[in-house]
Amino acid sequence: MPEVISDYLPIAIFIAVAGVIGLALMVAPFIIAVQHPDTEKLSAYECGFDAFDDARMKFDVRFYLVAILFIIFDLEVAFLFPWAAAFGELGWFGFWSMMVFLGVLTIGFAYEWKKGALEWD
Amino acid sequence: MAEFWTSYLLPGLIIALQSVVLLVALLIIIAFLLLADRKVWAAVQMRRGPNVVGPWGLLQSFADLLKFVFKEPVIPAASNKGVFLLAPLISCILALSAWAVVPVSGGWVIADINVGILYIFAISSLGVYGVIMGGWASNSKYAFLGALRSAAQMVSYEVSIGFVIITVLLCVGSLNLTDIVMAQKGDYGLFSWFWLPLFPMFIVFFISALAETNRPPFDLPEAESELVAGFMVEYSSTPYLLFMLGEYVSITLMCALTTILFLGGWLPPVDIAPFNLVPGIIWFVLKVCFVFFMFAMVKAMVPRYRYDQLMRLGWKVFLPLSLLMVFIVAIVLQLTGWTA
Amino acid sequence: MILGQLFFFVFAGVMIASAVMVVGSRNPVHSVLFLILAFFNAAGLFLLLGAEFLAMILVVVYVGAVAVLFLFVVMMLDMDFAELRQGAQEYLPVGALVGLIILVELLVVIGGWTLDPQVVQTSAAPVAEGVSNTTALGQILFTRYIFFFQIAGLVLLVAMIGAIVLTLRHKENVKRQSIAAQVARDPKTAVEVRKVETGKGI
Repeated sequence: MPEVISDYLPIAIFIAVAGVIGLALMVAPFIIAVQHPDTEKLSAYECGFDAFDDARMKFDVRFYLVAILFIIFDLEVAFLFPWAAAFGELGWFGFWSMMVFLGVLTIGFAYEWKKGALEWD
Repeated sequence: MAEFWTSYLLPGLIIALQSVVLLVALLIIIAFLLLADRKVWAAVQMRRGPNVVGPWGLLQSFADLLKFVFKEPVIPAASNKGVFLLAPLISCILALSAWAVVPVSGGWVIADINVGILYIFAISSLGVYGVIMGGWASNSKYAFLGALRSAAQMVSYEVSIGFVIITVLLCVGSLNLTDIVMAQKGDYGLFSWFWLPLFPMFIVFFISALAETNRPPFDLPEAESELVAGFMVEYSSTPYLLFMLGEYVSITLMCALTTILFLGGWLPPVDIAPFNLVPGIIWFVLKVCFVFFMFAMVKAMVPRYRYDQLMRLGWKVFLPLSLLMVFIVAIVLQLTGWTA
Repeated sequence: MILGQLFFFVFAGVMIASAVMVVGSRNPVHSVLFLILAFFNAAGLFLLLGAEFLAMILVVVYVGAVAVLFLFVVMMLDMDFAELRQGAQEYLPVGALVGLIILVELLVVIGGWTLDPQVVQTSAAPVAEGVSNTTALGQILFTRYIFFFQIAGLVLLVAMIGAIVLTLRHKENVKRQSIAAQVARDPKTAVEVRKVETGKGI
């Protein structure tokens, strides 16, 4: 077998086995359990009254901001992975190269902090 | 045809068999860990906990499983049925699939890939999908709010988990989980594991793991006093069970990851006669149980965080701290060439 | 090698099918879910090429972060999708033009490949032997390609500032917790002892 396949085929098989277990659990009650649905049972949970409108509403833009900031820091981490893996061979030049990169992003982080983008209100 | 048999089918069957063994063992261990969780929680509150089914309540989790299977599955009329059923399935299968690369003892691993830690990082970053999809598809306000909170919470703590992993990788120089464990093998037994040299990161990782798996004190997505059960409100029967199972599988995964990154994986604490004769798997399971015990104790003792406190801790404390630590570890390594 | 080809066709087939579904499905949330499926299959194709690191990063960044943002946007903005669909007609020519340009560019790239296979061998960084994918990437990204790397850092900085400028709105009259002030309180600033005469208040 070629190397990649022999490395990753086990993962594919493992996920397939996990999928079979999950699916079996999922399907079981639909086969063996009693089902008596009625309107009240199938309505969404609310505190004593029927829901006034659709549950999917507009929400604070702050959640988008958190998601965007997360993407940026996630990319930063993505750059750090190969750096950490090759750290031993990079020497001082590679070290400072990453430090400048981190420094630039720390400036952004400080800006966020000062602007109050990390406050939650 | 014979070539096909020996080079593909036979290894494939062996792998499938190994996968089944690992998964079944994992699920049985989780059944007992769940009971242990409840017992610890009960003991802290001076209760007895589940003690009816089987001796000392040992069979409680299995009774629960049967109960879930015989419950009526309710799918709300206003929900998106496909996504509604897909969500628990995804969260359970994703959590399980991360275990494919976890080495439980020297060489005992389903897939020993080069980028093992990155694979786990990727899989755990997908955990948020089960939550968002479940919360959205339910079409209920509580579920929706729970999903929203949970998504923001999980992504916030993932950043600091990423930086913590980087500090460990700097000391190892490889992304392979077996290499990470072997790098902790030193002359000082348990004192050459990474928890000591990277001590603050050990704590940051542990707390972030709590937040990432929605454990108390960070269980805001399902805060029962405000959101009833968060994104799981509308779920019943085995779809609910799959969510719970997914949650516990990712908790044990985080325990295993803590063990591998900081507590020396399957290595014995002292490398002398009685200890190093015990098989690695025993040490591994013991360490995972120890970390899980700490998870359970935190659940029993710490009150729930408020949402703004939670975001503050993630973004304003852990993120700068772990970023600073990446810098410190890098400069120390660069100056001294020190490796554990 | 049969297995490799089989996997290639499975990944490529599912990827194209789900890409079609991204455009075709009625519910935008389903579109995003199909997009995620397409990302996964792209990661699978990277794996088949032996690019482990890229495959994992594709999942971490695109599926784990970018698609979460997409899902946020389409799930929780309540917009009228029927109205959006009507608008699609007038943008069709522009979209078709962009698609056509990309197609031509792809053809140019693929054409160049078939004309001169040596291009790959003579590329600036030879494929490293004996080291893992990630390490090989790390060895050149931070030294040989330092300018691109630093530019990536600046782009991220701009993205960060842009996101804050565009989305940050502070609410009025919000009481914030100041942890430092809370911790710094001591009995002297918090408690005052007064003599209260009997029968009178303060």
